[in-house]
Parts: sequence; C-alpha cells; structure tokens
Amino acid sequence: MTTGDSMHRGGSESTRGPSLGRTVSEGILGAHAGVDARAGDIVVCRADLILGTDGSTPMAIQYFEAMGGKAVPDPERVLLARDHYSPPTSPSTRRFHARMESFAAEYGVELLPVGGGISFQVAMETGRVIPGDLVVGADSHTVTCGAMGAFATGIGSADLAAALLTGKVWLKVPESMRVVLDGELPRGVGAKDVALEVVREVGSDGAAYRAIEFVGPAADALPLEERMVLSNMSAEMGAKAGIFPVESDPAAHFADELRVDCSALNPLVALPHQPANGVPVTDVVGTPIDWVFLGTCAGGRAHDFRDALEALDAGGGIAADVTMVVTPPSPRVRAALEADGTLRRLAAHGAVITETGCGPCCGTSDPVPPPDARIISTANRNFRARMGEASAAIHLASPATCAAAATAGRIVDPREVV
Amino acid sequence: MTSEIRGRARRLGERVNTDYIISSSRKKETLDPHVLKRWLLEEVHPDFATSVEPNDILVADEAFGCGSAMEVAVTVVLAAGIKAVVAKSFSRTYFRNAINNGLIPVECDTSDIGEGDLIALRLGEGGVVVLNEATGSKIQARSLPPFTLEILQAGGLVPYMRTHGGYPEEAT
Ligand code: SF4
Repeated sequence: MTTGDSMHRGGSESTRGPSLGRTVSEGILGAHAGVDARAGDIVVCRADLILGTDGSTPMAIQYFEAMGGKAVPDPERVLLARDHYSPPTSPSTRRFHARMESFAAEYGVELLPVGGGISFQVAMETGRVIPGDLVVGADSHTVTCGAMGAFATGIGSADLAAALLTGKVWLKVPESMRVVLDGELPRGVGAKDVALEVVREVGSDGAAYRAIEFVGPAADALPLEERMVLSNMSAEMGAKAGIFPVESDPAAHFADELRVDCSALNPLVALPHQPANGVPVTDVVGTPIDWVFLGTCAGGRAHDFRDALEALDAGGGIAADVTMVVTPPSPRVRAALEADGTLRRLAAHGAVITETGCGPCCGTSDPVPPPDARIISTANRNFRARMGEASAAIHLASPATCAAAATAGRIVDPREVV
Repeated sequence: MTSEIRGRARRLGERVNTDYIISSSRKKETLDPHVLKRWLLEEVHPDFATSVEPNDILVADEAFGCGSAMEVAVTVVLAAGIKAVVAKSFSRTYFRNAINNGLIPVECDTSDIGEGDLIALRLGEGGVVVLNEATGSKIQARSLPPFTLEILQAGGLVPYMRTHGGYPEEAT
C-alpha cells in the first residue's frame, strides 16, 4: 500500500520515476513494504527487529491487550530490555518489570534481565542488526542502529503494541539530508565532538521528519563504535534516522546538505540546557564542575571508558569534591572493562560504579545528582531536569573532556591533560 | 470523510516539550491519564488543569511535543477532553503518537489565533481548514495522508486494530 502522497511532498515530486536514484531510506522502507517507496509516501513495513524498554513496554502491553492481542506472531524478532529502571527503585517500577516478565513468558519473547543492558546497544553487540535491516524501537535513541547501515527509528508504545501484534509498522518515508564529513579528525577530537558540532550546526529540530545520511572521508574512516555516536545523536536534531549507508546513491534526491570540515574541529562542550549549545572547549575552560557521569548509549563503548581512565591517570585522579559515576551500558562492555582492569582502576580513583543500564542518564536509576550540581556527562541530552534534578546544570562532552574536568574540578582542555 | 470539530482555543507558545505537557516525575507512579490530567501543563500554565473544558483545542507555535517521546503526553491531553492540537509544527514523535491515539494534529500558521477564540476544524480528503470564528479568518492547514486519516477516523490504533485485526493486507 502506498497511500497519500499529499503531505510533505514539497520539492520531491521530481524524484518520482524508476530511473532516478533512491535514498537509503526509500530503498530500505520500499523493500520492507514491497513497493516503490518515495519520500512522503506512507508505507506499512515488516520490521526485522522490534525493540521495547521498561520505559515504553508497560504501556505497550496495555495497548496490546486493548487491541485484543492473543499472540505475537514473530517472537524471534522481538527484544525487550529492563534498562531505564536498572535496578528498579520503587514499587511501581518493580510492577512495570513484573508486567514485562509475565508478557515475555506468555508470548515467548526475549526479555533482558535487570543489568542486561540498553535495548539497541545489546541488539547491535549481539549481531541482531545487519545492513539494510528495518529496526523499530520504542526508544528515541533506536536511531543508533543506523550506524550499521540499517533504517532504525523510534516509535511509540501504541506502535510497539501494533508491531508485536502484526510484526509491522506504518511509517512515512522521510526526505533525506546528507551530512558530509570532510577531512580527518585531529588528535584529541573524537566522534562525540563531531556529533556535538553537527547537532550545533543542524539545530534541535533542524532534521525533523528527515533521515540523515552520513557520508564523506571522515565518516568512512570512523569505526562502527564511533559511527554509533553520530547515529545516536541524530535524535537530538529531531531526525527519524541517522544512517551510515553501505552505499549512498548520488542520484537520489536530498532535501539538504551540510558539510563539516573535521580537520578544523576542537573538542566541544554543549552548555546547559540544549544539546545544540555546543562551544569549543577553549571558550569555557574554568567552568566549575562537581559531578561527572561516564556512560549511556552515547558515550558507552569500552574505548570511551578507557579514554576516560587515560585522562584520569594523566591528570592525577579525581579532584577532591568531585563525584564521578560510571555506568556500563551493556554486559559486554562491562565484561571487557572488567577483563582489562578498567573498572577496577576507575573505582580505585574513587569513581562510583553502578549497575549496567541507563544509570542516572534520565533520572530513572540512582544516583540522582544533588541540588545545584554542576555536571559534565558523556550522555546525549542535557535538558533541564533531565537527570531528575531541576536545579542541576548539565554539560555534554566527550569521555576525555569529561574525565579531564574530573581531574581539575573545572572544565579544562583535554589535549593539555592527556 | 469530512468532519468538523469546534472549540475554544487554549493558547500556548513554542517548544512546549512533553515534560511541560506532563512532568515525567508524575508518570513514575502511574500511567493512568485520568489521574495524570490533574497536572496537565502545570509547568507552563499552573491553572490549566482546573480551567480546561471538554472540546477545548490546544493552539501552539513551533515544535509542539518535542523532547522525550512519552506517549502519556498525548493520552493525558485526550483525558482532559481535548480532541485536537493546532500548531505551527510538531515533533515527529508527538505527531505520530497523536495519530495513533486519535488526537488530531493540525499543522498550520497559528499566528492569528488568540486565547479563547472559537475555532472550527474541517477535516476531509481535500485537506484541513481552520476557521477562526473570532476573527473570520480561514487558514489552510497541511493535509493529512489518507492512511493517517483512517487511523484517526477509527479513533486511534487500538480501535483500528480491533476493527481490522491488522494493517492493510496488500502492504506486505
Ligand atoms: S542511556 Fe539515556 S539516552 Fe540512552 S536509552 Fe538510556 S535513558 Fe535513553
């Protein structure tokens, strides 16, 4: 079915016709709907992977039951995670988990345990996402799986219920924009800095309703783990997907293009309370910091924690009066950091190591920062009250910049520490 | 299908995020929108919850429903008796969750609409028109794709699935 090409067609009319190229989104969504899909069309697609979290699945189960759901036809395509309330801290959140347990048992779908990691990161790490896949998840950062060349997008709880019931999802085929990453990353500048720069340039809603294709020499040079950071933060631009294409079709119609010269980049810090508030770290050196958070789906790969440890070692450890909280986002990352001693050494510096999962990223798991905390974090969002404390001020930066700040009790240029 | 909705405009500004619609700290204890509606828009409009009346229409500027994708930010609006939101633009997730729950999202220039204006929304295959009875102006809104109209007409994805048992067959 392709209904309705009436909305958001804008200038894309000229892209109709089999002779012209396709964006990756048009290609993947068309293949999963069995039609020639073009930007603006509404298509119903069969999903390869359906993800749910403890933030969204309890409500989806209510919808599923209200829809008259009696079976999940594709249980092997479903993965549910207990990542946000890890561990649960209240009777109601324990009830949410119990609800998910009975649902998973009844319908034969996989439910990760508490400490089992963040839904889409675990999906990536366990090889469940391959290029060309359609991944839908009831978590806005499902877009992270776009790093693999998949079309991955966030859906709501009603969508999740319908996907559990039918294996399918309705989607509007988005227009696409290209982000061309030119040049080479200088020493001391990482994928998080590139992501903060792209978010700053595009703006909080700059990619709304659109898919991003990341291309160019600096994009090609990024390893998969680093690509995940850019795909992840596509959500902070309002994008529907953030894809590193296996092959980008130059004949496709792109609504917009942004070029970033990576060679000229500095480490960046996003100031409170918007991820798009990025400034070069050199502009904010000296800003007091008393709480540092390492982890999340944005800054949660094993090398991120190793980078941070390197900065801590080089900078002489965590400054007095600074709290550092470390949350591994998946069991695989935790195991790697245990095996090479990174976690033990971070703890020896005085860092608090929490249960695996989202940790304090969105205020759903302890510890919650204290009032007026001046935070620097490897996360992706710094909205007011994001971490459960409205008076806190959250800065976003790379693991190296965060750890360098921990050594000084204020923001410093990480290139002068490591 | 053509249908009309009339109601009083309740004016909000730009970038009303889902946490302003309903604070996520309120949803840790319950997901029931009929309980949560007591705190509807408490951050931006402290007396909103006590002054809202059935058939009121929310009117906002850019990026309505940005921020977290929590679906209670849609169900709590419906629980207060509101059937439509008119805004200059919506976040993708709010737009989608609105359709899936039967809350009508209308995208148009809202500069002309003031607090308390009586407005009428006409929805049909030919498009969506917003009439401001207070000023006499007629605003053409972005039309909704037919499939989303079908979901809205059914009252959301739950009644749609109950009636149809699934998505359209030819889509596979
Ligand atoms: S780590 Fe933070 S951004 Fe990532 S899924 Fe968890 S709460 Fe969301």
